[in-house]
Amino acid sequence: MSEMRGGRVLAAALPGLPQLLSGRWGVGTTALLTWIGMWWIVITKLDRIPAFFGGAWDEKLAVWTVLVALSTSGIWSWRDAGLERGPKVVGVSQWDLAVRAFSKNRTAVAGLIVIVGLYLIALVTPLIAPHDPNAQYDLLTNRLIGMSAAHPLGTDQFARDVLSRLLYGARISLTIGFVAVSISVTIGTLVGAIAGFLGGFVDGAIMRFVDMVISFPRLVLLITIIAIFQPSIFLIIAVLGLTLWPGTARIVRGEVLSLREREFVQAAEALGYPKRRIILRHLIPNALAPVIVAATLGMGNTIVLEAGLSFLGLGVQPPTASWGTMVAAGRNTLLTAWWLSTFPGLAIVFTVLSFNLVGDGLRDALDPRLRT
Amino acid sequence: MTKYILWRLAGSVPLVLGIATIIFFLVNLAPGDPTLLLLSPGMNQEVVEQMRANFGLDQPVYIRYVKWLGAMLTGDFGYSFSHSRPVLEVIKGVLPNTLILSAFALVIAFVTGIVLGTIQAVRQYSLMDSTMSVVLLFFYSMPSFWLALMLILSLSLYARNVWDWPIWFPASGMTGVDHEFLSFAGRIQDRVMHLVLPTLSLSLVLTAGIARYMRASMLEVVRQDFVRTAHAKGLPERVVVFKHALRNALIPIITLVGLYIPVLFSGTVFIEMIFAWPGMGRTLFDAIFQRDYPVVMAGTFFFALMVVTANLVADVLYAVVDPRIRYE
Repeated sequence: MSEMRGGRVLAAALPGLPQLLSGRWGVGTTALLTWIGMWWIVITKLDRIPAFFGGAWDEKLAVWTVLVALSTSGIWSWRDAGLERGPKVVGVSQWDLAVRAFSKNRTAVAGLIVIVGLYLIALVTPLIAPHDPNAQYDLLTNRLIGMSAAHPLGTDQFARDVLSRLLYGARISLTIGFVAVSISVTIGTLVGAIAGFLGGFVDGAIMRFVDMVISFPRLVLLITIIAIFQPSIFLIIAVLGLTLWPGTARIVRGEVLSLREREFVQAAEALGYPKRRIILRHLIPNALAPVIVAATLGMGNTIVLEAGLSFLGLGVQPPTASWGTMVAAGRNTLLTAWWLSTFPGLAIVFTVLSFNLVGDGLRDALDPRLRT
Repeated sequence: MTKYILWRLAGSVPLVLGIATIIFFLVNLAPGDPTLLLLSPGMNQEVVEQMRANFGLDQPVYIRYVKWLGAMLTGDFGYSFSHSRPVLEVIKGVLPNTLILSAFALVIAFVTGIVLGTIQAVRQYSLMDSTMSVVLLFFYSMPSFWLALMLILSLSLYARNVWDWPIWFPASGMTGVDHEFLSFAGRIQDRVMHLVLPTLSLSLVLTAGIARYMRASMLEVVRQDFVRTAHAKGLPERVVVFKHALRNALIPIITLVGLYIPVLFSGTVFIEMIFAWPGMGRTLFDAIFQRDYPVVMAGTFFFALMVVTANLVADVLYAVVDPRIRYE
């Protein structure tokens, strides 16, 4: 009882600390960093906050994110510190086991913390960006200057602040990655499940189409489609989402083929359930584990592809900041201003690295054969 | 074996035809017209119509499709609008350059990837294993175009202009401007120096993927009974690793060849752009923007054809080394 009260006192002082001290460093660090980071924003940007409540949608989103993140981390840590924690005996599901295995994987948890942090930063970008990402300062005096107090990562050839553009670029990359992967996973799962369950002609036709799409070098296909239409963010999302799904479809089909022979599916069929119900309620939930892994690894892949398309001038169009266009913009001034290409590239690498770490961790955690 | 190869070959014919069909309709149903490139504003409408008729663009799309497919099967890929030469000639001029680049990158990536993966697996959980895992994952997460820029920045620009290194690598083209005046040995050296950075930027990302895969494959083999038996009968470590484990661990790596070829070709588009390498990727990229449809269709088709061939070769190789899967 006193231990619990001690935990609550700690949680009241610094959310996340009791969890951190009891050895659950993953959730602890996340809560603690969120708490400190959000308070830092509130304190340093206090003068900007009131105006943001009535501002544009992204400004409203930013202040509400700060409020929600603060209250969630605080309340969650307080309540969690008061919970009795004993060994859980009954009701250990496959997902519980996977969560337990995942949280033991240090690098994967670190990757997850970075991802959560990135998304939070992307949401509060309008509050924390030191400058307007598209504002051009005096071209004569502010062009291509190196790292300084006013411009922590320097300025680009149009005298725009690199750090601000980097922060705004994160929003673009993370949004495009998330939406495109969601689209492709949804389509891929449905198509794969239908092909695997129905079999026969439908299966043959779908899988031959999948083979064809996979035989294209992906980038060439993307360039052709985008060049034909006008490049825009929506087109990029649509094209990335609509060309990624064959991989997922293959995975899901393979899973469904083996699931179809299992007793619970045959029982559902014997009971006369409609096909739609069997696919949606029995097959897909049981084929999800490899899909989740593929989706996480696909996030990294998609972010690299989006950056590549933007690099070629086929992605996000200037002046909107995106990591790929920023790398391309620095190409001509490599020798005089190395920071222009370097920092956005590093941002891509660390984001993708985090997604890959989490993906690897999920694969190990979700596969019972690899669990020890 | 012959039967298996023939069966696989027959299977890829509809695949190739299907790919050709997708390419054709993708390109031809798009808005825009190659004649737009050749028009000047004050042109007479009759001249425009005549021009379109010359290119056969006045016919309905399905007729053009049948004609295109028929011509393609006889090896006629049409006439390039922007190069003013037959498409086949254009492609013949650039395809070898891309093949040189990809072949070097592929060989280097697989050799280093297999070596690194094996070292990691043999020394599992050592400091070297974990350090290499992190470094490899770092490269694995890297966009090749950014890696290329960073290599140019450090090994070409800074090495030459700032750090004054004795060796720096040229950052663009296949040959130096003085290539024609060099001796034979000098020409070879010139070529190799120009190959270093593009190959490195293409292969490093692949190396990381292959090494990760190789490590996992090797670890799986090492746990198996025949390796334990080999150890138990007192064979030296070297023999067990190279003769028993490595040979079996290499089998799944063959499938990676088929998987990585599309990735490699996607990479060449960036690398050829950045290093001004006169290859397929760059030609295709330019053709897309000039709405040079015959080149776009032929280029995409050749890329897809190479991918299909690579997959076929990988499958056949797999059947050669693993007789269990031959007649499925």
